Amino acid sequence: MNEFKLKLIELLHNDAFLTNAQLAVMLDKSEDEVKQAKNELENEGIIMGYGAIINAEKTNDNKVSALIEVKITPQRDMGFDAIAQNIYSFPEVKACYLMSGAYDLMVIVEGDDIRQVAGFVSKRLSVLDNVLSCATHFILKRYKQDGNVFEENNQDKRQAVSP
Amino acid sequence: MNWQDKLSNTVINIKPSGIRKFFDIVQTMPDAISLGVGEPDFITPWHIRQAAMDSIRNGETAYTSNAGDPKLRKAISRYIEERFSLSYDPMGEIIVTVGASEAIDLAMRALINPGDEVIIPDPSYVSYVPNVLMVHGVPVPVKTKAENDFRITPNEIEAAITDKTKAIILPYPNNPTGAVMEKHHLEEIAKVIKKHDLIVISDEIYAELSYGINHISIASIDGMKERTILINGFSKAFAMTGWRVGFVCAPKDVLSMMLKVHQYVIMCASTMSQAAALDALERAFVDGFKDVKHMQEDYDMRRRVIYKALNEMGLSSFEPKGAFYIFPCIKSTNRTSEQFATDLLKSQHVAVVPGTAFGESGEGYVRCSYASSLKNINEAMDRIKKFLESINA
Repeated sequence: MNEFKLKLIELLHNDAFLTNAQLAVMLDKSEDEVKQAKNELENEGIIMGYGAIINAEKTNDNKVSALIEVKITPQRDMGFDAIAQNIYSFPEVKACYLMSGAYDLMVIVEGDDIRQVAGFVSKRLSVLDNVLSCATHFILKRYKQDGNVFEENNQDKRQAVSP
Repeated sequence: MNWQDKLSNTVINIKPSGIRKFFDIVQTMPDAISLGVGEPDFITPWHIRQAAMDSIRNGETAYTSNAGDPKLRKAISRYIEERFSLSYDPMGEIIVTVGASEAIDLAMRALINPGDEVIIPDPSYVSYVPNVLMVHGVPVPVKTKAENDFRITPNEIEAAITDKTKAIILPYPNNPTGAVMEKHHLEEIAKVIKKHDLIVISDEIYAELSYGINHISIASIDGMKERTILINGFSKAFAMTGWRVGFVCAPKDVLSMMLKVHQYVIMCASTMSQAAALDALERAFVDGFKDVKHMQEDYDMRRRVIYKALNEMGLSSFEPKGAFYIFPCIKSTNRTSEQFATDLLKSQHVAVVPGTAFGESGEGYVRCSYASSLKNINEAMDRIKKFLESINA
């Protein structure tokens, strides 16, 4: 991907509300060039959508999240990708990664409360044929996510006017 | 006690800064947006802050050598060689100072005899004139013009030279105008400077914040290094204003005099700040100045945004190519710079600095700093537009 598109992705990742006109000035390109690049990124599935960045620490719901380390045994008729699909297709699964190291899949699950997550692990995940073991870790507090620090003091500490 | 009879006339006669008043008003406005800040809005990169904490943890709490930690001086020597093709001996041609500000003062004290004249482009940073006055020199402001993009020209310098002229300050990239000097401009000026045997005090604190051009130091122009006192520092390039670390590079004969003043007045720059500065450079050598580049690119983006917005709303400005300031003309509003800044602040809660804070020829202009988030810049532009509409209605 060219530098222009990379920069465009970075800017939109931080603020999806930037208009094509604003982006054009910021990136020293024409509006048409920005529009075209954005279309391409969307069509190629690189930009999959535009959402708000939510500070889950402040939403005041009682939702809980857990990271689950899953060990699996791939079988002849079913590789990692297919097993992963079996797992990530559950709506409770927010993220799923194939990992190197001590376990195979990292599954991030969200539930309304701890019991719901526990139920997911015991009734849905651990019973799958290829799943050897699960280690579930509940998230206690979020400090930083996707580059955003949740409790940052963003107050400008500079003198308001200086030479 | 009647202090008036006791105080130094030199100090009494120095004009107080014109900025204080705006600072006081902004303090009363929680929703104010300040484009009046003369320092980066980035916080010093984390690894640099960590290096300072490590230095403290390791008990590095004693003085360094007067000229600064030799490791830091070596790193500075390598830095200016790599970035600006300048070669200075770390053991005798470099002093680590308390910000570039101290370096300016040292230069004046080392050079000026009472009555010596110093040419200062006007408008420029607020310290130069008082620094000259405090050593009983005579500041000679030279008006720079918008039509020359606020660059001082060889003819203007020539016209200001008398048999008392000793030195000229070259503050480029310039605060408050954002003006820069390209190589051919410097070459033309160098001819005049050499012809009249002047010394140059080149304040290049914004060197790393040049946009679309590479910063050239006048010291790199043929025959100029021997007559140049080069000043730079970490404040702007590495977002390290509060650490107070700058440096000065100059030929041994003058640097040794500056070191004499520095050792009696300052002793040495803060040890932990020097450790931080050393880390800033060491990391930059390894990662190709990633932090500097990242900040420079960000300022550049905001520069384009603010330049376009101001010109579109009729506050015309030349395109600044350095520092993080833009200097739009406000004459169309039939106000003085001071009135414009006061009215704008009171009605729309946006702070800018009147051009006159930087010299008489700043009249008709205001300084807007784009060392502020894009969100703030965009909001400030909307408010300035509203202000213009309200006074034209």
